[in-house]
Amino acid sequence: MSASAGDAAPAVAEGQVASTRAETLRRFVQGDLASLRVVVGLAVIWLIFQTQNDRFLSAENLTNLMLQITAVGLISIGVVYVLLLGEIDLSVGAVSGLAAAVMAVLNVKHGWSPYLAIAAAVLVGTAIGLLQGALFSRFGVPSFVVTLAGLLAWQGALLQVLGSTGSINITDPKITGLANTFYSDAVGWVVAALVVGAYAAFALVGHRRRVAAGLTGEGLAGVGIRIGLVAIVAIAVVAVLNADRGLPLALLILLAFVVGMEYVVKRTRFGRHIYAVGGNAEAARRAGIPINRVRVAAFAICSTMAAIGGIMAASRLLAVNQNSGGSDLLLLAIAGPVIAGTSLFGGRGSVWTALLGALVIGSISNGMDLLALSSAVKFMVTGGVLLIAVIVDAIARQQRQAAGRI
Amino acid sequence: MASNTPLLEIDRVSKRFGPVQALDRVDFEVHSGEVVGLVGDNGAGKSTLVKAIAGIHQPDGGAMRFEGAEVSISRPQDATTLGIATVYQDLALCDNLDVVANLFLGREEIAPGPGEVSRQLDETRMEHRTGELLGSLSVTIPSLRSEVGTLSGGQRQQVAVARSLLGEPKVVLLDEPTAALGVAQTAQVLELIRRLRERGLGIVMISHNLADVFEVADRIVVLRLGRNVGSFEAETTTEEHVVSAITGAGAGAEEGGEAA
Repeated sequence: MSASAGDAAPAVAEGQVASTRAETLRRFVQGDLASLRVVVGLAVIWLIFQTQNDRFLSAENLTNLMLQITAVGLISIGVVYVLLLGEIDLSVGAVSGLAAAVMAVLNVKHGWSPYLAIAAAVLVGTAIGLLQGALFSRFGVPSFVVTLAGLLAWQGALLQVLGSTGSINITDPKITGLANTFYSDAVGWVVAALVVGAYAAFALVGHRRRVAAGLTGEGLAGVGIRIGLVAIVAIAVVAVLNADRGLPLALLILLAFVVGMEYVVKRTRFGRHIYAVGGNAEAARRAGIPINRVRVAAFAICSTMAAIGGIMAASRLLAVNQNSGGSDLLLLAIAGPVIAGTSLFGGRGSVWTALLGALVIGSISNGMDLLALSSAVKFMVTGGVLLIAVIVDAIARQQRQAAGRI
Repeated sequence: MASNTPLLEIDRVSKRFGPVQALDRVDFEVHSGEVVGLVGDNGAGKSTLVKAIAGIHQPDGGAMRFEGAEVSISRPQDATTLGIATVYQDLALCDNLDVVANLFLGREEIAPGPGEVSRQLDETRMEHRTGELLGSLSVTIPSLRSEVGTLSGGQRQQVAVARSLLGEPKVVLLDEPTAALGVAQTAQVLELIRRLRERGLGIVMISHNLADVFEVADRIVVLRLGRNVGSFEAETTTEEHVVSAITGAGAGAEEGGEAA
């Protein structure tokens, strides 16, 4: 989180502390701290809608918002992995629809157990990702084209799998429960306590290790503030959700994937290699990183998350039909992380942007629904927000380049 | 000063790109604690030779010996495993990663204990080692967590050189280490090269800048059109001799090379 505060004693020039504040301001402006910028933007959006319709920030509507963003948020997590490479996957919508259809057909028509049907659907996603990633990296076909072909092919496969009925209703409680289960108040508080406890332990152990290694850092106060912020957010979220139907399982699933996939990308060797390939593929190759394997793995993760998102969407809709994974799902899944600060040029961003971006887009969509605006207006507004976000990304990149090489 | 067996010995290595004979039976060697300047005009084959040693290009013919034993280097990893590190002209750093991440790129350390199960990077240890390494080389970087893209050219070059040392190499290949650097930054990098020599490394330095080469090199090897045309002891030769070998002006230079 706090990449700014890592000065090791032997190599530090004098006077660094004074420039830290200016550095923070610069990072906020130039987009390294894009997440903070998005949180501010989200607050503005919420304020605007709240003044237009006071039901917007009600517990019921906020719970609905959480349920609405789950599927697209899960898909966006995978999209982040591909965006970090500087690539794009246009097939995620179609893959999510196909995976949901595979699950529904196996479960409803062939009587498979829900667990096996879900596992098979997820594996279909993984296999598609491996294929697309291999085509992209082995033959050097641009990812744009490979996944555009995929978009068409998997949409065709969706129609094929659904067969003549065109629509399958899902009744299995295990599957529908994914998006329609709510936990009691007590469970909500226990989860909040666990989340805060785990975060505090992680942060404090990390801080202790830094001190033990003689590295200066943000100090115990900074760690305390971060833990406090997480606690406030966790308590606020659970309080709001408990005021309505309670903590939804869908949100837990989304958060678990966000935290887990953020860990993979930020804290593991594989994740570091994704950033390296996205930043400078040739440098990564010369450093001995198997860049093609990294690329294939990222595409596999992307399609796998698309399948998981598709399953969640089907669970919420209680059905799979010919439109599953279609419409604007693909664009929103890609727009979300970009709006929240993951660069289209690769090498910059985080999995959190999937969640934040889904929240921003979901809030706009939800708010405009409350105001009973037409789809025409919704599409144009969402398009405008995406355009602004991409322009901000491009400006931040230009400024980095101007400031980068002296 | 050099021991008898060369650390790295290149024996009649050739490399052809289509119609271009980039390297034609080139011989070359570097000993421990020696800085060899590799000079030549554009297209003389300097970079091709370095890339052949580094495993980027596979030579068409010839042999390479490392510490006396014949080796085959077909991938960059082979060179790294042997103990040959390369610092490229275009630096090959990831601008979006910080100094620590760049230094440990491709050889990240995993935290002990539970971290080994969850494959967690040992950021603390990597940052600590980065601080130690840069400190021992007297390299000054504002913050080890600043993105490499925000550093100056000299700082980037020093980070690139320091990175090559993490694998504890025996030979370091430097491709134009002082190109595009200012006077003060060049002095810093040359000082860094001297410190590498004091550590007993064998150093091969490609450069266009003869002043820089004479500043640090013990021996100067000249390539022209893919061939050896001279090898000079830096102490006993002059820039004029080297220049005439580079340009091929006059047979005297060739004889001088043979004699050395």
